[in-house]
Amino acid sequence: MRHIAVSLLLVAFPQAAFGVNPSEMLSDPALELRAREISKELRCVVCQNQSIDESDATLARDLRVLVRERLAAGDDDQGVIDYVVSRYGDFVLLRPPVKGATLALWGGPIAIVLFALIAVFVFFRRQRQTAKAPIAATPLNEQERQRLQDLLAEKEH
Amino acid sequence: MTAEIGHFALVLALFVAVAQASLPLIGAHRGDPGWMALAKPTAILQFALVAVAFACLTHVFVTSDFSVVNVVSNSHTDKPLLYKISGVWGNHEGSLLLWVLILAIFGAAVAVFGANLPPALKARVLSIQAMIAVGFYLFMLLTSNPFDRIFPPPLNGRGLNPLLQDPGLAIHPPMLYLGYVGFSMAFSFAIAALIEGRVDAAWARWVRPWTLAAWCFLTGGIALGSWWAYYELGWGGWWFWDPVENASFMPWLAGTALLHSSTVVEKRDTLKGWTILLAIITFSLSLLGTFLVRSGVLTSVHAFATDPTRGVFILALLVIVIGGSLALFAWRGPKLVSTGLFQPVSREGGLLFNNLVMATACAAVLLGTLYPLLLDAPGGGKVSVGPPFFNTVLIPLMIPMIAAMAVGPFLSWKRSDLMPALRRLRIALVLTIVAAIVTYAVHGDEPVLGVVALAMAVWLGTGVLTELAERIRLFRSPLSESFRRLGRLPRASWGMTIGHLGLAITIAGMAGAGAWKVESIQVMKPGDKVTVGGYEYRFTGAKAGKGPNYKFVGGQFTVSRHGREITKLTSEKRVYNVSQQPTTEAGIHTTWRGDLYAVIGDAEGSGGAFVTRLYFNPLVVWIWAGTLIMVFAGALSLTDRRHRVGAPHRKSSAVSLPGAQEA
Amino acid sequence: MNKRLMFTLPLMVFLILAGYFAVGLTKDPKKLPNMLKGKPVPDFALKPIKGRDDKGFASTDLKGETSLVNIFGSWCVACQIEHPFLMKLKAEGAVPIHGIDWREEDPDAGPDWLNKHGDPYALVGDDPRSKAAIAFGVTGAPETFVVDGDGVVRFKYVGPLNADIWRDVIEPVLRQIKPPGAS
Repeated sequence: MRHIAVSLLLVAFPQAAFGVNPSEMLSDPALELRAREISKELRCVVCQNQSIDESDATLARDLRVLVRERLAAGDDDQGVIDYVVSRYGDFVLLRPPVKGATLALWGGPIAIVLFALIAVFVFFRRQRQTAKAPIAATPLNEQERQRLQDLLAEKEH
Repeated sequence: MTAEIGHFALVLALFVAVAQASLPLIGAHRGDPGWMALAKPTAILQFALVAVAFACLTHVFVTSDFSVVNVVSNSHTDKPLLYKISGVWGNHEGSLLLWVLILAIFGAAVAVFGANLPPALKARVLSIQAMIAVGFYLFMLLTSNPFDRIFPPPLNGRGLNPLLQDPGLAIHPPMLYLGYVGFSMAFSFAIAALIEGRVDAAWARWVRPWTLAAWCFLTGGIALGSWWAYYELGWGGWWFWDPVENASFMPWLAGTALLHSSTVVEKRDTLKGWTILLAIITFSLSLLGTFLVRSGVLTSVHAFATDPTRGVFILALLVIVIGGSLALFAWRGPKLVSTGLFQPVSREGGLLFNNLVMATACAAVLLGTLYPLLLDAPGGGKVSVGPPFFNTVLIPLMIPMIAAMAVGPFLSWKRSDLMPALRRLRIALVLTIVAAIVTYAVHGDEPVLGVVALAMAVWLGTGVLTELAERIRLFRSPLSESFRRLGRLPRASWGMTIGHLGLAITIAGMAGAGAWKVESIQVMKPGDKVTVGGYEYRFTGAKAGKGPNYKFVGGQFTVSRHGREITKLTSEKRVYNVSQQPTTEAGIHTTWRGDLYAVIGDAEGSGGAFVTRLYFNPLVVWIWAGTLIMVFAGALSLTDRRHRVGAPHRKSSAVSLPGAQEA
Repeated sequence: MNKRLMFTLPLMVFLILAGYFAVGLTKDPKKLPNMLKGKPVPDFALKPIKGRDDKGFASTDLKGETSLVNIFGSWCVACQIEHPFLMKLKAEGAVPIHGIDWREEDPDAGPDWLNKHGDPYALVGDDPRSKAAIAFGVTGAPETFVVDGDGVVRFKYVGPLNADIWRDVIEPVLRQIKPPGAS
């Protein structure tokens, strides 16, 4: 949907989206609700990052109908999703599955949080060490260090 | 002729920028005041030249000069004047020109108003600004010249995407760019500081107003884009986690972190390396945002195959600017010495916590946005990363941060105690629990997340007000004393209070609109009634009509509650003449409780029946009201006297690196 | 953690990202993998298009002989570009081509189009509601599937076929299925 996309425009023009139409809807409200929820998780393969529930594309429409037909035929939610994945691959899932290829994706945020915590821990520990050694609190600069070394060297002789 | 003048001005601007990028820098290195002083006139001249180029492009658009390719592709004689003008930046080439114009405006502003800056710092900052500009000029002149001619000129243009023909969207890109480019100032100051090897309170004060201004524009730009999507795309959504949205959200997260960490540098002389890194990252993400959106890399366009020169150029520019600055950071960063010490529980600790969450959130958004590309590179397959991923990752990060936001301002600098702060927040805590219970009672076991989010909003809002009350000793000293204190609060602290309050309001809006939106899709004949969210919508029929450059079908709805008419809504379905592309105009009636939102779809058979989509979007306007308040808070903070009068001067005792001046 | 290392970390992360980026940019994000490769063709049974009074086109027709399944539509501009090449293939008789006429709004449109441009297909099925197209995982037209004599999908090509692609991409696949010398 791509609106800011649109704003800074670009190549593929989004349609004002409508998505699901009354004629496609199932008469059983519980089943229709399930169909809507499934449709929101499936990507329209010919659109930019739109779910089939939002998309106006004809293929998205046909997929919405397919989802409803399979639900009406008695498939469970996962069964419907699995069928679509078996045809189009993981690409159609807006919520990427947790598996080898997406380990870095789902694990990434956790790793980043852990890394941040460790970095903060190290930061405070180092700070405490600096605080404990008051003399080292203002580190010597190059010239001062040089001079200190000279002085020490003089003393030794 | 105008196009040639514009083109020539761009070429001249490139040469001036090259001079501005080199001479003052060399001058600063050698300590030569004459060369350093060149920064000011070159910056002003560069601005004047880009302004000429921009004026020329605007002129060819306004006069519909179809001998210019860019005008042909993006304009049409039928278009209203406003959209002829917004067409200037509604395309790749023109938006780059706008970008570099804003960069030049910022540069000239530093040259003119930066009288209190030390000459060497000013020279370096302006040189670095000019280096960025050189990259952009080259990119434009070599691959994306907005002034290219076409022969023979066609009779008329191809028009602008109808979705863009909207007042909100006409000013959205300039706002966003003011934000993106504004962060280039923080970046240039950071690079200059790395070269000088010196970051201190004065530096933080100089950077702050630029960062604040950029942040305000970016916040406003993002809000405007989201609002546009809400009313234009026709189904009441306001955030989609689209790559292009993420491209603007990432610099916002990093910029918000920068705003908070630079306070620590200013007040407490610590977190220097981190703040410099944030400044670099914020601008890098702005650049990435500009190019990813521009180049279409993220929007599923085969960038290298369709236009290899542009793709390679963009990548090279990113590597030079970002890689170069990070290499400089790796080299010079370790030499920055922080002196301020603090405990984990302290004001600094709170701000650091904010930074951690913001940076983590930013990294997570970056990962999610780029992951499909990253996985595909080694042949790992195709995946999509959509809203479910971002919500799953971002929401758990934001909850602790908002919880901490109410507490942080109670903590004192250096070291503090959590318990007294929490004791002072008792009332806020009670109100939060009451709000949660009430919401739960009203909406039952409906999305728990909505209850949590609304409670967080109440917690933050009451927490912020409690802190304000504490600060002015409300009810503890006479009321007159409290008012006197209120009047003497510095504007920067008003900025914080109001800004945080704005966020509380935005969160409340997100909670309401996200969790309790009511939708009803059906076919309606004239006279049909449907009740949505307690409001009765009566469809009174539709009629066709003609706009300046489109035809439309307009549907009318009368909305009433408890039998009393509240408003009439009109929704249009438009088809634009040139592109034959349909768009929708939703009929919206905004109230503080929520928006009444009606959209007309396709005709269903004869007899005047139409598909209609009716919504009740609870609290949705709070989202933009809150962001508007945040922008206002930022602007208020910007007028704080320490930015105006403070004329920050460096203390001579400031820690400085020997040898840094020659570096 | 070494201080210098910490300061170098952002640069390293960026360089790795940039590397991935450079490679990633050379790939087409819209090109989806062929999920059916090595699997039997999905079950489908399509009605004939108007004016062709044959039996239509079903998955059972794909047993016995290597064949191509071509997704097309009268609305599809790229199909028109591809069409002369399919006619030429038919004339050469190398391999039978079957067509799936996808998503015609007007039932006459497909037959009219074939009458006008020529009909290269042995069998054609009408797929107005994307039943077969979704089963094949089709995202756009034209797409061409290579199906072997056991009814197993061996290859998918997205986009219009032409002589170069035939020689460089499709023929090697066909040779693998039918080693030279074998009938």
